[in-house]
Amino acid sequence: MTINFNNALGIHEQALQTRVQRAEVLANNLANADTPGFKARDIDFRAVLNEAQGQNQGGTLQASRSHARHLSMGQGGANAPELLYRNPDQPSIDGNTVDSQREMAAYTRNAMDFQSSFQFLNSRFKGLVKAIKGE
Amino acid sequence: MSLNQIFDIAGSAMSAQSIRLNTTSSNMANAETASSSTGETYRARKPIFAAVQAGLMDGGREPGSLFSDRLESRGVRVDGIVESQAELTRRYQPEHPMADQEGYVFYPNVNVVEEMADMMSASRNFQTNVEVMNTAKTMMQRIMTLGQ
Repeated sequence: MTINFNNALGIHEQALQTRVQRAEVLANNLANADTPGFKARDIDFRAVLNEAQGQNQGGTLQASRSHARHLSMGQGGANAPELLYRNPDQPSIDGNTVDSQREMAAYTRNAMDFQSSFQFLNSRFKGLVKAIKGE
Repeated sequence: MSLNQIFDIAGSAMSAQSIRLNTTSSNMANAETASSSTGETYRARKPIFAAVQAGLMDGGREPGSLFSDRLESRGVRVDGIVESQAELTRRYQPEHPMADQEGYVFYPNVNVVEEMADMMSASRNFQTNVEVMNTAKTMMQRIMTLGQ
């Protein structure tokens, strides 16, 4: 029996990756808190994770590409999740929709969720090491 | 790993906010600088913020990204610094050494109260971005300990 990393690590690898990308999006919102006309973005975590799992298991349809400029089908297809725009509670006069407090709360929560995803992933690795050593 | 990007994004915001603090302090320092003509008088300076447009030319999405479209902005930059076109203050002070023939002295169009509010906003945003960077640092340090 061989160890399959995809089965062993489960969803946590993708979850961690998605958390990191969400952190980037939220950090960008916070950086542009004073930029006129900037619209706050966020992601639909569930949709992104579903997509990531689909890619991982080869569930999406892949087309053969004979040229580097050809569009890939599975990745970046019409079904791939998009960055969404946040619905502002009260947009400011200059068209900016970033609410610093809300973004900071989301960012901190995302960091906490990152920690828990990390904890799960780490314990999977620890389990594998235990199994290999046979302790 | 795009955690590195967070440092660039928060760093660009911190630099932009410190430029804003700089203009504010320059405005405050020159709030009472008198002059004898409208042309020579100091005018309040304001930075113009704009989102950094990243990778629009590359097209498509970046490798490893899960999104169908890329995040089109990566941080913030200062597009330029403009001088306020608000009316200058004209005071009748014939005894002032800078007074013109009619006895008027021109003072800058700096609104000190507005500048103070601007300063507080800039320093708050700076703090927020420091916090963001710190959290990203903690996340990276956690990644280092994976498997230990």
